[in-house]
Amino acid sequence: MGRNKVSAVRIFVDLLAGRREASALAPRDWDGVIGVARSEAMLATLAHRLEGADLPPSVAALFADQRAAAAVAQQQALWEAEMARRALAPQGIEFVLLKGTAYAAAGMACAAGRQIGDLDILVLASDIRRAENALLNAGWEWVKSDPYDDFYYREHMHELPPLIHKSRDRMIDVHHAILPRTHRITPDALALVSDAVASADGFAVLNPADMACHCAAHMLADGDLQGGLRNLWDFHLMTRDFAATDPRFWEQLDRRARLHGLQDAVQRAARLSRDLYGAVVAAGWNGQEASDRWFRQRLFARDDWGRVTRPLLEQAFYIRSHWLRMPPMMLAQHLWTKWRKR
Amino acid sequence: MRHSKRIAVGPVQFRIGSDWPEPIAALEQLYAGYPQDEARPADATVCLFAARSWRRWVRASVHSGGDFVVPAALPLPLSMGLLAAEMGMNLQVALGWRRHMLLHASAVARDGRALIMSGESGSGKSTLAALLGEGEWRLMGDEFTLIDPVSGDALAFPRAVSLKNEAIAAVAAQVDAARLGPLMAGTPKGDIRHLIPRAAAIAAMHEPARPALLLFPRFGGAAAIEPMGEGEAFVRLTEASTNYVALGEAGFGALTRLVRETPAFGISYPDSATGIALVEQLWAETK
Repeated sequence: MGRNKVSAVRIFVDLLAGRREASALAPRDWDGVIGVARSEAMLATLAHRLEGADLPPSVAALFADQRAAAAVAQQQALWEAEMARRALAPQGIEFVLLKGTAYAAAGMACAAGRQIGDLDILVLASDIRRAENALLNAGWEWVKSDPYDDFYYREHMHELPPLIHKSRDRMIDVHHAILPRTHRITPDALALVSDAVASADGFAVLNPADMACHCAAHMLADGDLQGGLRNLWDFHLMTRDFAATDPRFWEQLDRRARLHGLQDAVQRAARLSRDLYGAVVAAGWNGQEASDRWFRQRLFARDDWGRVTRPLLEQAFYIRSHWLRMPPMMLAQHLWTKWRKR
Repeated sequence: MRHSKRIAVGPVQFRIGSDWPEPIAALEQLYAGYPQDEARPADATVCLFAARSWRRWVRASVHSGGDFVVPAALPLPLSMGLLAAEMGMNLQVALGWRRHMLLHASAVARDGRALIMSGESGSGKSTLAALLGEGEWRLMGDEFTLIDPVSGDALAFPRAVSLKNEAIAAVAAQVDAARLGPLMAGTPKGDIRHLIPRAAAIAAMHEPARPALLLFPRFGGAAAIEPMGEGEAFVRLTEASTNYVALGEAGFGALTRLVRETPAFGISYPDSATGIALVEQLWAETK
């Protein structure tokens, strides 16, 4: 690689941010951009972002395929949400859609082309057993058969062990909180559910500030930043659009972030979305933090073949995610159990 | 990656990167006659890599990844790098391609009409297609056949044919040795040797063909022909498609039309000569 060559992941981020014209790319640049976008599960997102741009014909054709496929996938994801509603509503169990399915149900900009994996829903902790039974009766079944994993989920996690529907082959994650029970931070799950709002097609989704809090928590407080570029793109678009319709949105976000103990995560997400995607954030959110550098490096750690580079940095973020998730003694026990079972 | 090669097969432009020169050199030999368009960006990426850097030299073992990675995929020794490349290309297409409905099926064409053969590994669909492709037919592909949801046409995916076990000798007896790749003995899929399709089949790889006959071959047992209803053909092909579900309504539409408009038969045959005779007989009857 030449000294002056810009890496594919940076070109990809520039294209999303609108800092670089698609027409300025050389044909060979697209190889890496497409490879990185696929690795980040964001090819259809890029296809939407560059709809109507001046593209090489084969790229335009590939992007059209991606947009069409994402539309089908989104319809299937919303159908899955409807199936959950039909299983839970007769029992009087209310649930809130989370993540990709919620963005699609609410018709948000970040839903355009966004990959949706499992169906994620949030129920009140007091409803979790009944929700489990209702889903089992409606054709979902357990994925994990390992007794330790099952015990671990039930004792320490913020969700049931994953369930899969036996005929549709789709997974559902039923949460009663948005971070593990053992996490250093305990967001107010009751407030999340009771302050939820209705989407256009009648599903409950988190209110705007809570949705941004959850997005930041999922990206920065729970995981090891895998899929970080996608989560950050979600955060950027949702905060941009929420702020455009509600001038007091950033204040609300600050208030809810304090309520949930997520100020650090939310503020970092805002700074990173500014640094990577050129987000315009409110006054008071515009600071600098030296440690952001590591997060930026982790988000950019892909080579032009879409492979994760910097394995030590990746490992460090993996360890960090576990460190946040559980107290040290428990972490030691957990890793020991997992290691013995390898 | 250190070594790389661009290959266009049917509508898919691949780029294949490798930590080692050998698999790339082997691909260059197999795909020398395929069209090259350096200005065309790649649709799909395949990476052949060593899981640990020292494994590049010591008991080199080739992992196959790329846009999509299957965690359970076993690494192969460097001597089977070509097989790793083939599996990688298949995987990326199976999981990533959305423009067409993908059928795990071989196909050959004559007079602009396609014969599509679907079956499990060992059914002989690849061998029959390879042998037919040496005769009056244009080989469209031994692994995937693409159905255009808009037109209903079949499109070719004529990668190098992957001959297995007994099929190697049967085909090798009929073709110029220069069209055969290296023999890879004792792979997890048995002995494997690749066959380069005839130049005319490669030159015509962008020409669509109208599906005219659907066959579900089964190798072994006495010669038999069994007509197959639309319903059974439909269900079998949903199982043979890697992206039927992902295509949603477009996939349902394409598959419904395919089984309604195309006569389907199951055939059993004890040897390749009988298989080919059955194919020719059914083809003559469907005209």
